[in-house]
Amino acid sequence: MPKLTIDGIEIEVEPGLTVLQACEQAGIEIPRFCFHERLSIAGNCRMCLVHMERAPKPIASCAMPVGEGMVISTDTPEVRKMRKGVMEFLLINHPLDCPICDQGGECDLQDQAMGYGGDRSRYQENKRAVKDKDLGPLIKTIMTRCIHCTRCIRFATEIAGVQEMGATGRGENMEVGTYVEKALTSELSGNMIDLCPVGALTSKPYAFTARSWELVKTESIDVLDAVGSNIRVDTRGAEVMRILPRLHEDVNEEWISDKTRFACDGLKRQRLDQPYVKRDGKLSPATWDEAFAAIAERLKGVDGKKVAALAGDLADCEAMMALKDLMAAIGSPHIDCRQDGAKLDPAARAGYLFNTTIAGIEHADACLLIGTNPRLEAPVLNARLRKRFLMGKFPIAAVGPHQDLTYDYDHLGDGVEILKSIANGRHDFAKVLKSAGKAMLILGQGALARRDGAEILGLAREIAESRGMINDKIGWNGFNVLHTAAARVGGMDLGFVPGNGGRDTEAIVAGAGDGAIDVLYLLGADEIDMAGLGEAFVIYQGHHGDAGAHRADVILPGAAYTEKNATYVNTEGRVQRTRLAAFPPGEAREDWTIIRALSAVLGHTLAFDDARMLRARMVGANSAFIKVDGITPATWKPFGRNGETGTSALTSPINNFYMTDPISRASETMARCSDVRLGAKKDKTGTDG
Amino acid sequence: MLKDKDRIFTNIYGLGDTSLKAAKTRGDWSRTKAIMAKGREKIIAEIKDSGLRGRGGAGFGTGMKWSFMPKEPSVRPHYLVINADEGEPGTCKDREILRNEPHKLIEGALLASFAMGANTAYCYVRGEFFRETEALQRAVDEAYAAGLIGEDACKSGYKFDFYIHRGMGAYICGEESALIESLEGKKGQPRMKPPFPANCGLYGCPTTVNNVESIAVASTILRRGAAWFAGIGKPNNTGTKLFNISGHVNNPCTVEEEMGVPLKELIEKHAGGVRGGWDNLKAVIPGGSSVPVVPKSQCNTLCMDFDSCREVRSGLGTAAVIVMDQSTDIVAAIARLSRFYMHESCGQCTPCREGTGWMSRMMQRLVQGNASVAEIDLLEEVTRQVEGHTICALGDAAAWPIQGLIRHFRPEIEQRIADRQSSGETAAA
Repeated sequence: MPKLTIDGIEIEVEPGLTVLQACEQAGIEIPRFCFHERLSIAGNCRMCLVHMERAPKPIASCAMPVGEGMVISTDTPEVRKMRKGVMEFLLINHPLDCPICDQGGECDLQDQAMGYGGDRSRYQENKRAVKDKDLGPLIKTIMTRCIHCTRCIRFATEIAGVQEMGATGRGENMEVGTYVEKALTSELSGNMIDLCPVGALTSKPYAFTARSWELVKTESIDVLDAVGSNIRVDTRGAEVMRILPRLHEDVNEEWISDKTRFACDGLKRQRLDQPYVKRDGKLSPATWDEAFAAIAERLKGVDGKKVAALAGDLADCEAMMALKDLMAAIGSPHIDCRQDGAKLDPAARAGYLFNTTIAGIEHADACLLIGTNPRLEAPVLNARLRKRFLMGKFPIAAVGPHQDLTYDYDHLGDGVEILKSIANGRHDFAKVLKSAGKAMLILGQGALARRDGAEILGLAREIAESRGMINDKIGWNGFNVLHTAAARVGGMDLGFVPGNGGRDTEAIVAGAGDGAIDVLYLLGADEIDMAGLGEAFVIYQGHHGDAGAHRADVILPGAAYTEKNATYVNTEGRVQRTRLAAFPPGEAREDWTIIRALSAVLGHTLAFDDARMLRARMVGANSAFIKVDGITPATWKPFGRNGETGTSALTSPINNFYMTDPISRASETMARCSDVRLGAKKDKTGTDG
Repeated sequence: MLKDKDRIFTNIYGLGDTSLKAAKTRGDWSRTKAIMAKGREKIIAEIKDSGLRGRGGAGFGTGMKWSFMPKEPSVRPHYLVINADEGEPGTCKDREILRNEPHKLIEGALLASFAMGANTAYCYVRGEFFRETEALQRAVDEAYAAGLIGEDACKSGYKFDFYIHRGMGAYICGEESALIESLEGKKGQPRMKPPFPANCGLYGCPTTVNNVESIAVASTILRRGAAWFAGIGKPNNTGTKLFNISGHVNNPCTVEEEMGVPLKELIEKHAGGVRGGWDNLKAVIPGGSSVPVVPKSQCNTLCMDFDSCREVRSGLGTAAVIVMDQSTDIVAAIARLSRFYMHESCGQCTPCREGTGWMSRMMQRLVQGNASVAEIDLLEEVTRQVEGHTICALGDAAAWPIQGLIRHFRPEIEQRIADRQSSGETAAA
């Protein structure tokens, strides 16, 4: 380990670090603009110049690898003068429009100008003005503010994997932008806003709405996909103003997808803020008592076997636990959390988890994608796959949709028969998997949510077992299910699945249609065939007026993920908790409390009075819930089924990344994105929207 | 003065035929195989002993540079890259070599590549050198046809390929790491160092970038011996050098002379003297646009070698002597150079991107005298803020001419400001 002296402090650091990182370890902060830990080193802002003994010139500490015996000084008058010089250069062509800049208050340039900027400008020439670029509906550009650090270019090229940003022109005329003016096609583009150290790239939907110091910051969890990205919810009063990523090395590093970031305006629209009861075929506002009375009235004398419940994609574990217990008390075995009909096997936890873990992808050395498009289903996880791909020696093959995943892969086809030939070792890629020490496969919901889903699940298990993906000796489990819904793993863990003789989603919907089910309780389930529910009495509990609310006979307004302290389990099986950042609107209440209150009205009072007791009940149902932010590895057990498989092509369940759930469907920003990306605008008439 | 028998470039004016046959009669490609038979170490040692310093401007020891390449071949191939992106204003030596002495370059490239374990040489030729590229390509084709390069270069059993790549006319692509980037097909922007090209250069492989002249003289040095080359010129500044004399002289020319030749002798013997006589001289830029100007008082005794030029706080650079007589508006001349650097800055790093524009605009005002005297000090300070703080040397190159101007011609600038103020126009705020 090289030993170096920084400002008289002797420090030993790992080899391969840069001088800047060594300085940080010594507790000395070096100002920087272009340097970012997760991006390649550009060394172009020159703010991090330090003095090194025996070097003819000052060195850029961000780019200089540490060496034995280096003597670095970071706080001499010369170094301060250099930094002042660089700062002056950065400011001469900067518009200094902080009062009208959205970055104000959280701007690196502003902060560092306090330390190194002059109190007046010595620059008397005309300032440069740069034409703003149109990067689509998410990123607002004010390119005159750009300091050419190229972080956005490096992010787009390296992390997001879209070669769409670059610099054109040279010298003073260098401009950052897309080469031809067009919207970015990355699902991670919003991260450029965070990376931009100045106000050149800011959030378009958030523009001019709030100042960073007015916002209350709440650390929470995203639920719009199954990754469980760690986020920070910024609120002003009851309004969620914006969502930013929070660092979690094992989940999302410091990235979040555009849906996670920008769908938050959907929290303000189409909200259910009071109970409704259908009277004379029309939903009309009601009080909680009236709503509960209507339900009690309808349930009176109904056999428990004729009641069913479905949990949706955004349902939290507390609510599912409470609803499961309520259904059990009523005497109904018909509950299911798999509203897409995925043939997940509740008996084997390893059969529905992303066992490798997201961080574990970096240790894999071959990958097979089955019926999934991770770029749309989990963009942040896809970035991890790309990160592993860029490290090299990571053959990837896909059976399923053939789409640009931002990395190279072999498209083997989209038929199930390919999986069979991989399972029995005849396929070429089977050998690649076998010879890899740590191979992994990712099984998407597109492969499971079909009639032969259980057989495909069995095939995937066979591939994992026969290709050496399950290796207890080195603690490697390469079998992975990629979920698209934040509620799914939690629901499976709690056993929110049909009990003895219970119906699954398909049978529940069919039963409602033919009269076998009289009452259907939808806990935020919107993705089922509402038209097929026949005469059934539908109770919808949720936060958005989406498909379920339109069909409902009674609506119980619940809380969205930013409005409750609720537990979610991500696709890896990681238990995480959201935090209440704003109160639910109007009469809406935290979901489990609604079910608890209803249970009392129905005369089946549930055995918990507060969240603590409810969570203890959850731990009782599954010990995995003990560890918040922890993963309990699942033991390998047989799952899936052997049998005939269909001939239809494997596809991804997501076609429109921007509209997958009630929140994103209610979001104006997401609507704009899908217009731009999917070209929906073309078919619209002038009176539309 | 250099004797004719010591001249390396005997066809630099293109008076003779440039074909392989004619080049052979001038001594090229003779005993090449025998030189290669001496082995890598010997060749590098010979070049080191000759004291040859890089002819591209920085004057770094060529033999030393070659010795930085890894000794043991690894899985990564080695590359020789020849920098023929001759864009320095005033400089026109490499194009003469490409046009009239291409075989010296190709033979030198073979020997240099052999010494560094490279099987491939790329010659990055400035885009504007269209005819020069043709001439070089012709010579390369001849050499391939004659078996001098190719699968079995000079029957030595060594494989050697020579490729020509044409640039697109950006000055910055003459900087070695920007050249490598450009050669790789990327935007020509200098790379950070370390890693140095000898460790991680073209396509991430060990690479040496040499100037055309450095490579072209190598074959003759190896044939005639290090001692011969070291015997010409001065200690630490040995050998012969191509000088380009342009500007206010009666006979602008390119000439091969020994290192350390007195500037006055160079101008008077070869360029027909300064227009209007030596006393009409105002200043000289001794080494291409990026070195500071030298006033006449220092020109009288200036010798043209790396160390002597450095003593007068200028540099030999590419040895492109730009002569300016008393009629020159020296402020406007340097302002023009400033504009050049503003235009050619790649824009990658802050001090150069922002500083070159600022300097150029201030210089333009100084030409009119439209400034205050205090702004001369500000300008000087700005050049110091750029100098040494950039990724590559372009920042320095933009700063030095202005520093030279202020150092030697400050009274002239002040006079101009005073004239403008007295003529009733106010300085721009």
